Amino acid sequence: MLKIINLHARVEDKEILRGLDLEIRAGEVHAIMGPNGSGKSTLAGVLAGKPLYEVTQGEVLYNGKNLLEMDPEERAREGIFLAFQYPVEIPGVSNTYFLRAALNAIRKARGEEELDPVAFLQLVRSKMRILHMDEELLKRPVNEGFSGGEKKRNEIFQMAVLEPMLCILDETDSGLDIDALRTVADGVNALRSPERGFLVITHYQRLLNYIVPDFVHILYDGRIVKSGGKELALELEEKGYGWIEREARQTVGASAAGA
Amino acid sequence: MTTPTTTIEQLASREYKEGFYTDVEMETVPKGLNEDIIRLISAKKKEPDWLLEWRLKAYRHWLTMEEPRWWPNLTIGPIDYQDIIYYAAPKPRKALGSLDELDPEVRRTFEKLGISLEEQKRLAGVAVDAVFDSVSVATTFKEELARHGIIFCAFSEAVRDHPDLVRKYLGSVVPYNDNFFAALNSAVFSDGSFCYIPKGVRCPMELSTYFRINARETGQFERTLIICEEDAYVSYLEGCTAPMRDEHQLHAAVVELIAVGRNSHIKYSTVQNWYPGDKEGRGGIYNFVTKRGVCRGEGSKISWTQVETGSAITWKYPSVILQGDNSVGEFYSVALTKNRQQADTGTKMIHLGRNTRSTIVSKGISAGQGQNTYRGLVKIMKGAANSRNYSQCDSLLIGNRCGAHTFPYIEVRNSTSQVEHEASTSRIGEDQIFYCKQRGLSTEDAVNLIVNGFCKQVFLNLPMEFAVEAQKLLGVSLEGSVG
Amino acid sequence: MTTVQTASDKRFYVEQFERLERELAGSDPAAVRHLRLAAIARFDQIGFPTSRNEDWRFTSVADLLKVPFHPAPRLEDSAVNEEDLEPFSFGEAIRLVFVNGRLIGRLSRISPLGPGVVPGGLADALVREPELLTDSLGRVADFKDQTFTALNSAFFRDGAVLVIPDGVAVEQPIHLLHVALGGATPWVSYPHNLIVLGRGSRVSVIESWVGLPLQAGQEPTFTAAVTEVLLAAESVLDHVRVQRENRQAFHFSNLAASLGTSARFTTHLVSLGGGWVRNESRVRFGGQNAEATVNGLYFGSGTQHVDNHTVIDHALPHCASHELYKGILDDRARGVFNGKIFVRQDAQKTDAKQTNQTLLLSDDAVINTKPQLEIFADDVKCTHGATVGNLNEDTLFYLRSRGLDVTEARALLTYAFANDIINRIAIEPVRQRLEALLLSRSGPLQEAQP
Ligand SMILES: Nc1ncnc2c1ncn2[C@@H]1O[C@H](COP(=O)(O)OP(=O)(O)OP(=O)(O)O)[C@@H](O)[C@H]1O
Ligand SMILES: [Mg+2]
Repeated sequence: MLKIINLHARVEDKEILRGLDLEIRAGEVHAIMGPNGSGKSTLAGVLAGKPLYEVTQGEVLYNGKNLLEMDPEERAREGIFLAFQYPVEIPGVSNTYFLRAALNAIRKARGEEELDPVAFLQLVRSKMRILHMDEELLKRPVNEGFSGGEKKRNEIFQMAVLEPMLCILDETDSGLDIDALRTVADGVNALRSPERGFLVITHYQRLLNYIVPDFVHILYDGRIVKSGGKELALELEEKGYGWIEREARQTVGASAAGA
Repeated sequence: MTTPTTTIEQLASREYKEGFYTDVEMETVPKGLNEDIIRLISAKKKEPDWLLEWRLKAYRHWLTMEEPRWWPNLTIGPIDYQDIIYYAAPKPRKALGSLDELDPEVRRTFEKLGISLEEQKRLAGVAVDAVFDSVSVATTFKEELARHGIIFCAFSEAVRDHPDLVRKYLGSVVPYNDNFFAALNSAVFSDGSFCYIPKGVRCPMELSTYFRINARETGQFERTLIICEEDAYVSYLEGCTAPMRDEHQLHAAVVELIAVGRNSHIKYSTVQNWYPGDKEGRGGIYNFVTKRGVCRGEGSKISWTQVETGSAITWKYPSVILQGDNSVGEFYSVALTKNRQQADTGTKMIHLGRNTRSTIVSKGISAGQGQNTYRGLVKIMKGAANSRNYSQCDSLLIGNRCGAHTFPYIEVRNSTSQVEHEASTSRIGEDQIFYCKQRGLSTEDAVNLIVNGFCKQVFLNLPMEFAVEAQKLLGVSLEGSVG
Repeated sequence: MTTVQTASDKRFYVEQFERLERELAGSDPAAVRHLRLAAIARFDQIGFPTSRNEDWRFTSVADLLKVPFHPAPRLEDSAVNEEDLEPFSFGEAIRLVFVNGRLIGRLSRISPLGPGVVPGGLADALVREPELLTDSLGRVADFKDQTFTALNSAFFRDGAVLVIPDGVAVEQPIHLLHVALGGATPWVSYPHNLIVLGRGSRVSVIESWVGLPLQAGQEPTFTAAVTEVLLAAESVLDHVRVQRENRQAFHFSNLAASLGTSARFTTHLVSLGGGWVRNESRVRFGGQNAEATVNGLYFGSGTQHVDNHTVIDHALPHCASHELYKGILDDRARGVFNGKIFVRQDAQKTDAKQTNQTLLLSDDAVINTKPQLEIFADDVKCTHGATVGNLNEDTLFYLRSRGLDVTEARALLTYAFANDIINRIAIEPVRQRLEALLLSRSGPLQEAQP
């Protein structure tokens, strides 16, 4: 469903993604790991269409369409969902109101009928149960004054309600306590289906115990330098990034020498 | 990729949908202002001598006054007071009094504005006084209100039917010599609404006045007087619109609220949508209004809520004099300026009684080349022991050619009182827009959502029906805001 | 309370200027003479402010105009003794002492600040190296709408000149100690300090404005001071202004600073004395990425009138300003705070924060506060907050439940309120001395009361 070919992207004058390739098929869960600053959030942001990032080279196909040409809201309506590493606060706008507006915008784009407040509330309640969300949080303004963990949980809750096709989770596990981690993972797993794809960005193996990936990729210096099965995450947990760095340097060195 | 700001800038400019003109047969007085005109207006209204004398006193005083030197952030062209028609009324078909005698064109005007003058069609719970240019053309639900002892009628009718009340309270809060525009209003005011809520009565429906300026070259000078006795409560709403014209028109109203008795409570809400002028600042209403209330009774309360989206220039400071012990004053305001609109608004809370409380929440939104100023005064006098004020002034800027200004004056003369003032300035964050878009909302919806969130505290204080209206108004007003 | 002014008030000062001109007899460098003439001409146009002038709405100059002040003459060097200065000293190694605006060498301790850098007097510098001053003198202290700054610019005779060359870091704080001394007739002095920091240089300056108690037969003094601060790129100035004139004194001082790219300016005002006081601080950002901290603490008791006026002008992007002003008012004192923050159209990414807190200890005291924002750019972070109130009842109760009596508890909380500012002063000896002063039994509120 998603095909990334030789993607280069930069922020201001800084090149961050430098030739990234990745393919995600429906039903697959891909985990991306990598040291701080390697470009993970950048990748997530580029896929969601964050204006800050400028794609300088490469292609991204989503269900055969050129993703990079679409506006962020179009992408959302086509089923791309990004759970933000740092969810944004919107003062004065209640969570419920926000979510209903979003859901109806997406439904409308799909040619479905808008949900009235009652039907919406029913839907929301059922999702809240899965995520053990306090109904109180629904009435509060979007993410305002939420604790770090509450914000993350709220992101997954929104995902559960919007039922996207490609779910991108940017470090959704950081800031969560053990129980919350389980709940969030349960929420994600409940959505797993043969039609959906997942891109899970994380630093810790821990999350991957709960959301078991089909593939693990290591992002280093703007490129995927190593891919493997779920064992790769375990290996990484054990050895750290040092060996990846060394390996990467060697390959870079080798290709530089070859050029 | 377009950035949110450029997208906002590109949104097509919306036409001012209340900008139409109704062709009705009018009766007007000649242009200009002099004692004869005032006598003529007074005669048309068959006023008693004392009122004519009061008008003339105001006029003579006005002649000695200087037009206010405008605040530095307001720029305003000269106003020729001799080039204004001070009285314009639709010709009555018979004597005005029942709806059947109303010119159907006038009725249609109000219907087009969403104001039905037929009681059965009207949403239950709102009584309307409709003011068309210089006169009140209809008041609904009068009889039902009368059963509760409530008087709700046109000002001129009150002068005729309840002269003692009018004489007692007219000018008691805003004296005829209060300021330049209040003096002008006192001299030439033509109509407006009058409400009286007797002791112990909770007014069973919202009272409202809809002001419409229609005629060319006229000014509207209405006067509203609301009196609330002990343990009585009233919620009053006002709305205003005008046709689109290239020249400026003057609206100089005076509103006086008197919370007379113990625990009396007046809630006054405004949704002001006068014609704001075009993109280049041509035309639009000059909205120079004096609004003031006094809390005389112990534990009485006056609450102002305003949503100001229209007018070329707005200049108003709805105020509360907190005289009774334990009395409460509130001011909630949203002011939006776009294109070349200018708003200078705020409030004055004067604490005289003990344990008095006041709250100020002001939300200013500036877009385009709009200039938005909050100007407020909180004054705690020596005797106002244990008084409290809390003020919050927030500004939202959209684009970098507009301005937001905050001038709070705080004067405290009592050591047991507490005053707290906070102000902030923000803009709509690109990250907020992106977050909304990622969830599927369009930029336009995202902006609306964020702006409405910004104003929420104020909207919560509007009666339900008005709150919805206000939100929509803000949404459409913002369209094409940064041109 | 509009102050009615007569033309004679203005003429009185203009005539004094004419006498000054004769006295100077063209001894000034041309640029300085030009500055004086422009300033007096402007003063002649604007005159004294009335309450209709927004910036003077709550401070009347009527009392000041009632006193026929004449420029203070040069006094004998022995008019002030070392012992007189002791209470105002911070144990500093470098200090310039001025009496009624004139440098007194005998009381000063002057040593080189670096290779060939010696602080000195303005009068001296005008004679010896006028070219050094023509670029900087009058550059920052704008007098267009400022009556007293205009008067100072026309009448100044002396003041401190501190020029720190590029890259020089001065470790020792420098104390500029200005003493107002009364005489048989009312005297006015117009000290004018000039602090110029070269690129990447760094220094700490303490500016004291003090008075000796009036002796029998001495008339009140008026000090109309201006301090100009020019900070070149990446320079750092830490500045403290202490005002402890006597209770009969009229005191005006304008601190005007201009900051270059990435410059850092910190100033703390501690205003204790004076009868009629107007403290102005004006900061203008002339380069990007600069940062200013403008804090103040003022006390008013008896019948003191203390007005604090700050203007922070964000003319360029990416600058930050932090402002915290606290006032404590007792008895019949009257306090004024007016803090303006301008953010010009191009000043995107400005970060400006202003806080103003007033403690009102008596029902006869009055505070007029007006924090003010004027913003013309959208991508900025600006906030201001103001509070007025008395000591917190709950805290008072807590202290009392721990055994303090009401007076002690109040004194302690008042001290804590004030100390919040004092604590931020980085110049160690100044902080210690002021803290001690605050704690001392007589306390700042009682200081120098007649
Ligand atoms: N707005 C920006 N301006 C300048 N540099 C930026 C900006 N946003 C990101 N960067 C830089 O781009 C690089 C990649 O950032 P990114 O957020 O993608 O890293 P990450 O892999 O998600 O790191 P982490 O694990 O810490 O979340 C970092 O060096 C970061 O500092
Ligand atoms: Mg990241």
